[in-house]
Amino acid sequence: MSVIEEAYRVRALRQTYSGRCVLDIPQLEIAAGSFTALLGPSGSGKSTLLRLLDLLEEPHEGALFYAGRRVPPIAPVEARREVTTVFQRPRLLARSVLRNVSFGLELRGREDRKGVAELLERVGLAAFAETPACQLSGGEQQRVALARALAVRPKVLLLDEATANLDPANVAMIEELIAEEHERRGTTIVFVTHNVFQARRLADRCALLLGGKLVAEAPTEAFFESPADQRVRAFLAGEMVY
Amino acid sequence: MPPVVVGLGVYLFLSRSGPLAGLEWLFTPSAMILAQSLLALPLVSGLTMAAVEGVDSELHRQLVSLGATRVQVAGTVLLEARGGVLAAIAAAFGGAISEVGAVMLVGGNIAGHTRVLTTAIVLETRRGEFALALALGLVLLTMVLLVNLILIGFGEPRRKHVGD
Repeated sequence: MSVIEEAYRVRALRQTYSGRCVLDIPQLEIAAGSFTALLGPSGSGKSTLLRLLDLLEEPHEGALFYAGRRVPPIAPVEARREVTTVFQRPRLLARSVLRNVSFGLELRGREDRKGVAELLERVGLAAFAETPACQLSGGEQQRVALARALAVRPKVLLLDEATANLDPANVAMIEELIAEEHERRGTTIVFVTHNVFQARRLADRCALLLGGKLVAEAPTEAFFESPADQRVRAFLAGEMVY
Repeated sequence: MPPVVVGLGVYLFLSRSGPLAGLEWLFTPSAMILAQSLLALPLVSGLTMAAVEGVDSELHRQLVSLGATRVQVAGTVLLEARGGVLAAIAAAFGGAISEVGAVMLVGGNIAGHTRVLTTAIVLETRRGEFALALALGLVLLTMVLLVNLILIGFGEPRRKHVGD
């Protein structure tokens, strides 16, 4: 565990768009070095919460603390550079695989040829380093996006349904890489998923959001084995119609 | 915008009784550059804007998430839209180099000073020097072709969408 034990602290957070409250979280803590799964149906506020955690958006009401510091209206670039997100769509640039993976470092005016080469090996794309990224398959592109995020050695890695729509082999490879990153570097990981099995496989804590409200947040085992809330039981049993 | 109208506007602004008379630009290359810039600006900005709008709107969020500053986001989006931006530059260059009316008005077609290929072609045709006019036309065509080829070269590699 790092010196700063808390990656995020949320207090009385409310996000309202066009008069509609899409996120209402009275209290939430995410420990540094933890691996948290955010579960919930579409429109439950998972991605909105992830945007806040990525310091891309400011809280409309309430407070968000990152690494013990209250996030001001606009987070400083130094803080934003400690956090990065891998989205459902890889959104690669029209350049080679190697240059895509190096992109985050390039933004920071840094170079790490050895680290990038090692990452390309880890994602199984070393042979495609000079290939235009747009010529890869969907699964390969997502692996490039993950390597690009890992290249900057983030303190917090956020994943917004990063394995949705991928074939099982690519899902397995990406899950392995994320788990390895968490294990090796103690990176704080928060991932949004619809897949309860994936949440159970990877996370050490799980949270369920319903209608913008945080219904439950607990260690994975307790979340799945002895859910206190009826709505969590219904969600896990697939009885919830949404 | 009709080039000759732009030329007339610039002429009036730079003429002895115009608000910019103090610059003493009329019948100088500076006046021609001003007129050409005014003609090219809407074309370049319009086409560039269209090219930038064509870039994935979610890319902005991804770039910020990767730690890009505002300037870095703008630079990267322009690079992503480089095909369209270069097309805008090519269109503006093509328009500018083949322009006659405005440059004739504000430049005066003075030999060795403000005479350009297009105005020279007009002059030689009026004189009946068709061979020279044709030769100048060929030079103009070659220049446009070369510049376009160079711009296409800068635009590569283009984005291709390849499925799984």
